[in-house]
Amino acid sequence: MFDFADYGELLALVHNSLLAGAVLGVVGGLVSTFVMMRDLPFAVHSVSELSFAGASGALLLGTNVVLGSLTGSVVAALLIGLLGSRARDRNSAIGVLMPFGLGLGVLFLALYKGRSANKFGLLTGQIVAVDTPQLSWLLATSAVVLVALAVIWRPLAFASADPEVAAARGVPVAALSTVFMVLLGLTVAMSVQIVGALLVLSVVCTPAAAAMRVTASPRLVTGLSVLFATVSVVGGILLALGSTVPISPYVTTIAFLIYLGCRAAGAYRRRRGWTAGVRFVQDERAQPSVPSGV
Amino acid sequence: MLDISDAALRFGRHELWSGLSLRVEPGEFVAVLGANGSGKTSLVRAILGLRRLSAGTLRVTGGPRSIGYVPQQRRIDPLTPLRARDVVGQGLDGHRWGLGRRPGRAELIGEALDEVGAAGFADLPIGLLSGGEQQRVRIAQALVADPRLLLCDEPLLSLDLRSQQTVTALVDRRRRQKGTAVLFVTHEINPVLPYVDRVLYLARGRFRTGTVEEVFTSATLSELYDVPIDVLRVNGRIVVAGLPAEAAHV
Repeated sequence: MFDFADYGELLALVHNSLLAGAVLGVVGGLVSTFVMMRDLPFAVHSVSELSFAGASGALLLGTNVVLGSLTGSVVAALLIGLLGSRARDRNSAIGVLMPFGLGLGVLFLALYKGRSANKFGLLTGQIVAVDTPQLSWLLATSAVVLVALAVIWRPLAFASADPEVAAARGVPVAALSTVFMVLLGLTVAMSVQIVGALLVLSVVCTPAAAAMRVTASPRLVTGLSVLFATVSVVGGILLALGSTVPISPYVTTIAFLIYLGCRAAGAYRRRRGWTAGVRFVQDERAQPSVPSGV
Repeated sequence: MLDISDAALRFGRHELWSGLSLRVEPGEFVAVLGANGSGKTSLVRAILGLRRLSAGTLRVTGGPRSIGYVPQQRRIDPLTPLRARDVVGQGLDGHRWGLGRRPGRAELIGEALDEVGAAGFADLPIGLLSGGEQQRVRIAQALVADPRLLLCDEPLLSLDLRSQQTVTALVDRRRRQKGTAVLFVTHEINPVLPYVDRVLYLARGRFRTGTVEEVFTSATLSELYDVPIDVLRVNGRIVVAGLPAEAAHV
């Protein structure tokens, strides 16, 4: 399964993919924090199906695949934002959109007469496929998402945690929700290029879900989430290089293992009481000291 | 601090109330009572600037930003990635764009947590705290920006008796020490009885304002609800008997 001979030469070939993967890790890790706080994993999946439809439509028409994927996911994200402000409405809107998007995508791929590897890549990810124009698109999209997030970060976090109090403090809760859906759409479209439409959640949900298991500090959750996403994507690319299997199983497996580890660590921390570390030190101090040499 | 005059609020043809006038002075503790659907929540939203009045004027000294808002206790997901001190911090600068932080931020948050006796659990996840602890953190969140008006919307709901006493005592202490005006929406008068200066009682599109002694009489409530109601005082508590079903829990 693995063959790491000529690894150095391969590495040079996938330089673009690695850079794209690292950037996606940062953006995906940041966005996944809000995906978890706003309870949007299901929406992410639906957006990625429509992103897939957009990309396969572009493939069929012979136009820019990244642009097609961006269009599909931003339209889907805005539709979800418009159709459902309440969780219940939102879930039904998502449930309706998702099969429609996937159906469209399948139709476009069925009509497409080009290389079949192109078709499969959109669903399950590809590795050497990131060429320079594609990379430019990805970098530009990331820059937009990062700058926008830096501007709206604090009000968005407030509105995600407590919309009622945030609105009382003058935060434009509804407008922020729309803006975030657009940013989510952009991020999903980027992820579709690397890990494929079916596996986007491993980049845009799992990292923060794992981080939130082990800490409640917002800064630490964000940092860990970025770290986990980057390790998953870049690690997945590096492992896939030496094998014949596509990149996505590696990415998803690394992400899943990180999640399992965090869940176990979180369960342990909770069982001991969240402040276990502090108490442990105090307990030790309270113990009578054991004479040395006994 | 708060000056409402001749205000009305309608949903289509349905009128919640009209001709409502209320002034709340600095340091004053005013309780707002009434049955569900009597327009208490709409009044709160109007004061916060989230709803327009159908008629009349409403003025808050310093604008909506000088209001500290304490909502009712709700379940918070245990995995919410916020510690108590982060929730308080959102009250200070959660509405501000960009990433810059004002100097002295941590000290202000620390002081607010101290004021409500929450320093001991400042670094615990907000979702792991008890309902009473969460409400104390929410009061700190409302107080950290040094509001002139504290607007509490059913902050005692689903709290045990001891937490109810703690929360009301904290609110009372603040207005005595800093002269913060308090508008306290509640469906239960007894927890705030030791502190309240005046009462606004909303019922069926009508209202009465005055001291507890003036409003909580058999005659006034009977007139408000159009049915005979008995107001009794038992061991320093007020018991209201004979309320119509929709207001029976008052």
